[in-house]
Amino acid sequence: MAHEATMSPLAHADGHDHEHHHESPNVFGFWLYLMTDCILFGSIFAAFAVLRNQYAGGPSGKELFDLTNVGIETAILLFSSITYGFASLSALAKNKGMVLLWLAVTFVLGLSFVGLEVTEFTHMIAEGNGPDRSAFLSAFFTLVGTHGLHVTCGLIWMAVLMVQMMGPQDLSPRMMDKLTCLSLFWHFLDIVWICVFSFVYLAGVM
Amino acid sequence: MAQAHTTHDGSHGSYQSYIIGFVLAVVLTVASFAAVMTHALAPGMALAALGVLAVVQIVVHLVFFLHMNTSNEQSWNLMCFIFAAVSVIVIIGGTLFIMHDTAINMMSR
Repeated sequence: MAHEATMSPLAHADGHDHEHHHESPNVFGFWLYLMTDCILFGSIFAAFAVLRNQYAGGPSGKELFDLTNVGIETAILLFSSITYGFASLSALAKNKGMVLLWLAVTFVLGLSFVGLEVTEFTHMIAEGNGPDRSAFLSAFFTLVGTHGLHVTCGLIWMAVLMVQMMGPQDLSPRMMDKLTCLSLFWHFLDIVWICVFSFVYLAGVM
Repeated sequence: MAQAHTTHDGSHGSYQSYIIGFVLAVVLTVASFAAVMTHALAPGMALAALGVLAVVQIVVHLVFFLHMNTSNEQSWNLMCFIFAAVSVIVIIGGTLFIMHDTAINMMSR
């Protein structure tokens, strides 16, 4: 495993057909990264859980959060998960045009999610409720901002993959690995968002 | 690699499995929002409901979108995931426990 993991993807693509029935070491390595990301989010959630009531005389979640906006963000992210799923299925069917189409749809959904979040943040900061207002808001901006940053990185990655896929060439095994890794990343971010809307927004307005 | 992707379709899902997962996720999400927005439950109960619904939805996403299963091929992925999940539980549970204790002893709450 260790040896296989250090092999370059090109060396890996040269023969050794019997090995190809296993999941690629690249994908497993990316899975390990996601698990560390899981622990990063766990730590930020722990900080938020401790500081959730430290308003310092500032506004609480009940006054700040707009659940309609959160509901729309949640719906967008959920839709983008299934559209990425359709992109993965199109990739398995070697239908590059459909992969690009579904990725484009996912990209637009992801972009509108980030747009909504940036709008929410700028409104809060404009009203003086930025991360410097209270410990609760510092924890809130750190947690939701870290998730938003991950989504933004996912969007950049998606745009790069779409550009790399343009042109007449077929989907290479290497490209399939990249698409699988981004798929794991994208679905993982949706899982983090489940915790965000449940424990930050919904629990925050109760 | 190309062969692996075509011969192991089962581990990559199908349109059907994505749509089942999506419908389940929508139902669970709506249930979470309804539990809070309708004020039908007492706050303590609503929080417990949120926790249960979130855990169930995470499992739905893991199975239908991330295609996690208990097959041999996935055993390392699963083991790493369990380790990470236990770590997260220890981090969050331990933090809440020790910070609550500190707050009580410092009479800051």
